[in-house]
Amino acid sequence: MRHFLDFEKPIAELEGKIEELRRTTDAGGIDVAEEVARLRDKAQALLKTTYAKLTPWQKTLVARHPDRPHASDYVAALVTEWTPLAGDRAFADDKAVLAGIGRFRGRAVAVLGTEKGKDTESRVRHNFGMARPEGYRKARRIIELAGRFGLPILSFVDTAGAFPGIEAEARGQAEAIARSIEACLEAPVPFVATIIGEGGSGGAIALAAADRVLMLEHAVYSVISPEGCASILWRDAAQAPQAAEALRLTAEDLRRLNLVDAVVPEPMGGAHRDPAAAIAAVGQQVQACLEPLLALDAATLRARRREKFLEMGRNSVL
Amino acid sequence: MNWISEWALPKIKTLFGGPREVPDNLWHKCPACEQMIFHRDLERALHVCPHCGHHLRIGAKQRLDITFDPGWQRIELPKAPMDPLRFRDQRRYADRLKEAQARAGQEDAVMVAHGAIEGHRAVIAAFEFSFLGGSMGAGVGEALVTAAKLAVLQDAPLIVFTASGGARMQEGAISLMQMPRTVIATRMVKEAGLPFIVVLCDPTTGGVTASFAMLGDLQLAEPGALIGFAGARVIEQTVREKLPEGFQRAEYLLEHGILDMVVRRSEMRATLARLIGLLRMPEAAAEVAEGEPVPALPPPAPAGAQA
Ligand SMILES: [Zn+2]
Repeated sequence: MRHFLDFEKPIAELEGKIEELRRTTDAGGIDVAEEVARLRDKAQALLKTTYAKLTPWQKTLVARHPDRPHASDYVAALVTEWTPLAGDRAFADDKAVLAGIGRFRGRAVAVLGTEKGKDTESRVRHNFGMARPEGYRKARRIIELAGRFGLPILSFVDTAGAFPGIEAEARGQAEAIARSIEACLEAPVPFVATIIGEGGSGGAIALAAADRVLMLEHAVYSVISPEGCASILWRDAAQAPQAAEALRLTAEDLRRLNLVDAVVPEPMGGAHRDPAAAIAAVGQQVQACLEPLLALDAATLRARRREKFLEMGRNSVL
Repeated sequence: MNWISEWALPKIKTLFGGPREVPDNLWHKCPACEQMIFHRDLERALHVCPHCGHHLRIGAKQRLDITFDPGWQRIELPKAPMDPLRFRDQRRYADRLKEAQARAGQEDAVMVAHGAIEGHRAVIAAFEFSFLGGSMGAGVGEALVTAAKLAVLQDAPLIVFTASGGARMQEGAISLMQMPRTVIATRMVKEAGLPFIVVLCDPTTGGVTASFAMLGDLQLAEPGALIGFAGARVIEQTVREKLPEGFQRAEYLLEHGILDMVVRRSEMRATLARLIGLLRMPEAAAEVAEGEPVPALPPPAPAGAQA
């Protein structure tokens, strides 16, 4: 069953009607077929206009859509010889962070991602995509492994943020994130990060201080969730839609601010309506970004990556 | 040297020229033990409660005063774009920022200065918590990058005294990007073979802890300082558990292996001097670096002028 967001209700109603008519097609004939075609055009048109002017808050909901392709879907579709790797060698294996090696278009790569999970059981296993220190330490380990063997790094980021927990703090959540950012910046190999859903604050940048950062059209990338921002600055979490607006967290805004390098268009109605097409589009963009980076040596990669992040804030004005 | 007298010194004079008017008969109440403390006693005790030892928060200027030998110099920082997102909540960010600037007499939440600590040359970046909660936006990022450059130029260690609620929400993802940006600053100092020392002061949380502030060669903290990534309230709501005694306090972090030491304010200066001496003068005893010429950074370009 398709999951509809609140603002998609008119579309859901039309699609429901189409379903109903199709079920009665046997009895109907040509009239019904025409009606179905008419309604389908109407639904498509409505979908198009709705998604052409999503508000930042609506985009936040789309970015969190449960049917949206997750990091593991990207890996399954884009990476062959996929070999997951586990553990931070100190405490645990954090399943919120997906890590491993495989081949992307024939070339060996290291892959990192934050994985939210698909159903209740896997969501719990992946801790809803919120990593603990072990996750960031595993990421750092994989980045260093990639560096040692010259494997380009691809990351797929989709997280509400780092996990806020007692144990996470006791084991150095902040330090783990800081070291992971440092590892990204120091990597002697090409690094392409893609924000595929939610780019939640420190938990996201820990895997995304990359040479090229891509963002899906309806993904969001923010220093704080709209709800969190609203509860602090408006003292009311219900003001989240307003906070989403103010935070400028859409792909379009981040591109304009020069904080991401490119925006990957999504299939009409969002990546969740056609995951295969969304993933293919990302694959193409990642390939296009990776190609020129492969020609650069380690020192040049690092120097350019640094220059890029050192500029952020200097000239970023809407 | 001239750059200091030409464009830094006049500013310093106007900012700090007039003594802050505090009547001598003023009493303070210790936020920890609630006992009354005579203003002059508090000053003399470096704002540490003489009754219970609680370390009260102090400002950036005072921090520099009590850490450096006399004669330290504050440097002017490159300007960051003002209110880049035209952010507005219940008030305009531009107004909040202007108000904070007027009140603090500084452009943003970090003051950068160079001088000597018991004769050891050093660059210090000190957070001013009263400036929008010491939050990190582009201005703070700029301050840390500038401090790192100055340290490298002067062949001096970089010491950062932190006090920050984390990222500055009103600068959105720009503030998030100050995390990698300030991490790069730490790399610049370390690659020059210089010590990068972090002193975590009350409170230091969020994006500041999760970036440069956890990457010190040495990690010090003041007693009782609140230090963490996530806020206590958020953690409580998430895990639905009571937080342990002393959670996210300096002593708790020391216990958990996240800090090297917790140092009382009265011993901070001597501790820093000793650490710098040990790391930088493995053979000779400390020498007084007085009178040596100190290299200067070129004046900052106006905001937006850099490509
Ligand atoms: Zn007291």
